[in-house]
Amino acid sequence: MTSISSMAILTIFALSIFVGFEVVSKVSTTLHTPLMSGANAIHGIILVGAIMVADGATNTLETTLAILAVLLATINMVGGFVVTDRMLEMFKGKPKTPKNQEAGK
Amino acid sequence: MNKNIYELLGLAVALSFILALKGLSAPKTARRGNLIGAAGASLATIVVFFAPLGHDSTGVAKSHHNTILILAAIAIGVLVGVPAARKIQMTQMPQLVALFNGVGGGAAALVATAEYLNLGTGASTAEVVATVFTVIVGCTSFSGSVITFLKLQELMTTRPVVFPGGRFVIAATLAGVLGTGAWTISSGGNTPLLVMGGLALLFGVLFVLPVGGADVPIVISLLNAFTGLTVAASGYVLQSTLLIVAGTLVGASGTILTRKMAEAMGRSLFGTLFGAFTAKPQEASGAAETRSVKSGSPDDVAILLNYAQRVVIVPGFGLAVAQAQHTVRELADMLTAKGIDVAYGIHPVAGRMPGHMNVLLAEASVPYEQLVEMDEVNPTFPQTDVVLVVGANDVVNPAAKTTPGCPIYGMPILDVAEAGNVIFLKRSMRPGFAGIENELLYDAKTTLLFGDAKDSLTKVVSALKAL
Repeated sequence: MTSISSMAILTIFALSIFVGFEVVSKVSTTLHTPLMSGANAIHGIILVGAIMVADGATNTLETTLAILAVLLATINMVGGFVVTDRMLEMFKGKPKTPKNQEAGK
Repeated sequence: MNKNIYELLGLAVALSFILALKGLSAPKTARRGNLIGAAGASLATIVVFFAPLGHDSTGVAKSHHNTILILAAIAIGVLVGVPAARKIQMTQMPQLVALFNGVGGGAAALVATAEYLNLGTGASTAEVVATVFTVIVGCTSFSGSVITFLKLQELMTTRPVVFPGGRFVIAATLAGVLGTGAWTISSGGNTPLLVMGGLALLFGVLFVLPVGGADVPIVISLLNAFTGLTVAASGYVLQSTLLIVAGTLVGASGTILTRKMAEAMGRSLFGTLFGAFTAKPQEASGAAETRSVKSGSPDDVAILLNYAQRVVIVPGFGLAVAQAQHTVRELADMLTAKGIDVAYGIHPVAGRMPGHMNVLLAEASVPYEQLVEMDEVNPTFPQTDVVLVVGANDVVNPAAKTTPGCPIYGMPILDVAEAGNVIFLKRSMRPGFAGIENELLYDAKTTLLFGDAKDSLTKVVSALKAL
């Protein structure tokens, strides 16, 4: 795998910080909890890292650690998105719109 | 898979996370935002199995390992995570989020450790530094989240746990963590990393123990942001742009969110974080307990409500625990039918977290227009005849304005004391989650109706029918 230059990484890092600040700057109080939960699910993407490490692991110790990481990261990611969706399902507000109408767009 | 395609897909996933966070910050787009994020994460998980591997240092093409084990671990994770997320009571949701965050932090620490072992002596200093950071913060986030879970689940005391000399123990532990971190960076090897991980776990526990119940949501949000940064750091070690972007996004947005939450609760972020260093053992206050309160019957409450022009209902966590959302709506509907003006006064942190109560009442299909936020409802209290406080305490406690130094001092509250009459539906005289006595309970205009919120409301409803 070719390595990314440190400068490129620093650039990506700095820009991501600003995007992260910017996208949530106007969140309303009522959405704090779902937003936190959604962000929580997003950092479950460490699953990808866990799979990469498990995929390259060559001895038992590394494999054990990496597989455990895959398990924990899956719980974080999948559980996080599902619980966030459950919270937001209740925010629909408008009386009795058919289910999944929002989701189908 | 072609390397360029692989990296383009990674970019698409990173963009989906930006759109997800953007969507999640507005009510109309929130659900779609979450689904976009979930789609992106699923795509990333599938694509990584087809990642181009390249060659190792001796020029031999690398091969995939452990695919069956990985798939099995994912299957088990789904089987654990999905039912937990589906079956959890909405009232217990904050602690579930804390747990999910904790396992994410633990996963990041494990990933960094495994990769560190894999790289062995070949790791560059920058990679070791990133590993050390990930293990420290990941372990702290893991054990800290477990403690917040125990606090919110009330498996342990919700009050700040402070022991004599505690701040020195915490400072010493932190110094130990940083010291072993420096040791790991300078000498390499596995023992220093292991000791460091253990100390970081201990630090997480000590860091969260002195935090009071009311501040726990802020700590969850902060640990969430921390976990994001650990993901970014592991991304650096693994040379994955996607992990760097996603982790940094969560770290940055989580920091802003933590600050906003602290503002909404009127808490100083600094005070919350460094409570460990400044908290003093709380003195038991026994003075107030002997004073008398005015307790009424369901009939008294029904009469008060029946002759009111305007009623404001203040729901709290007690309502949620008793599952009384539907009964309270029934009562509100009856009052509205009698021509009485009814509104719900929603404190931003009613329940356990900002926005928690909105979720709970929406579940009981209370009309959205009747939910009035604090800033709008507060000026109306002087014209309100009766305030019905259902299982809330801290959010209406005047001590937040009158008692400097108490744990909720400075938190904006609902000024229910301005109304003509205040009715508290409470299980007992036990103080609220923050553990502070409420002077309003002893006020002359206050009537108390003891009992489970749902039972009490049912009795009030039938008393009202009989009138």
